[in-house]
Amino acid sequence: MRGPDVSWYLIVSAILFSIGTAGVLLRRSPLIVLLSLEIMLNSANLALISFARLHGNHDGQIFALAVMAVAASEVVVGLGLIVAIARKRLDLDVDRLRVLRG
Amino acid sequence: MGNVLVWAIWIVAAAGCLGSGLAVITFSNPFFSALALIGNLGSLAVLFLLSSAEFVAAAQVLVYAGAVMVMFLFVIAYLGDRREAPLAGGPSWMSLAAIVAAAALLVEIVVVIGLKAGDALTDEATVSGSFGSPGEIGRLFLTDHLLAFEITSIVLLIAAVGGVVLGTRSRAEDEEELARARA
Repeated sequence: MRGPDVSWYLIVSAILFSIGTAGVLLRRSPLIVLLSLEIMLNSANLALISFARLHGNHDGQIFALAVMAVAASEVVVGLGLIVAIARKRLDLDVDRLRVLRG
Repeated sequence: MGNVLVWAIWIVAAAGCLGSGLAVITFSNPFFSALALIGNLGSLAVLFLLSSAEFVAAAQVLVYAGAVMVMFLFVIAYLGDRREAPLAGGPSWMSLAAIVAAAALLVEIVVVIGLKAGDALTDEATVSGSFGSPGEIGRLFLTDHLLAFEITSIVLLIAAVGGVVLGTRSRAEDEEELARARA
């Protein structure tokens, strides 16, 4: 049962990463920026897991799980910030949110 | 025959992955974007399974496509309808530059991987049937990677505390709300 080579996985991962980059740069809603960040993190996970398979070593999978936990924490904090911004009745637009002061 | 089947599943999963990724960044309704991301994470889980990462695939579906995305959908529903047409009014210089930057990044990644690892990518290691199983991953987490495991738990705890701090209303906000209700 031989499927596609690791290089195919890496190509998908690279394309997915640049889709995520385009989303972060193109969209102005912080919600979509967060979603695009998730895409980028997951494309990195795909690369880690395909390299783990290539070398027959579990370290890449462990790393991917750690990335997943960090991504979950990032979503918690990011969504908390977005809700706090929305509660202050500010525009949800990353071009207009320029001051850090609450 | 098994070979053809693996390729077919791989192509469907990869196409679903890339298609839903594009859908996430092009839909104007954030709710649809989040639903597309669930599809993206699901097809990524299929790709993980194909490279024998069973436990990571299961965690991906449970933690990401389940818990994290439900939280996203709740917040999007809480914020109400906030549409944003990403490419309305023709491409501006900024959006054009963003697409060029993303394409440049793609070219860079492909060139670097091709130059540095191009010929080392074909000889895959043979792995046993238990590669990537929950037992193996759990054993490694409690032996070789114990420190990473513990640090991850602290990071999650700090994020939970941060979420609570960001989510609680301050007294000033309460008074402001009250004043607005009276006016």
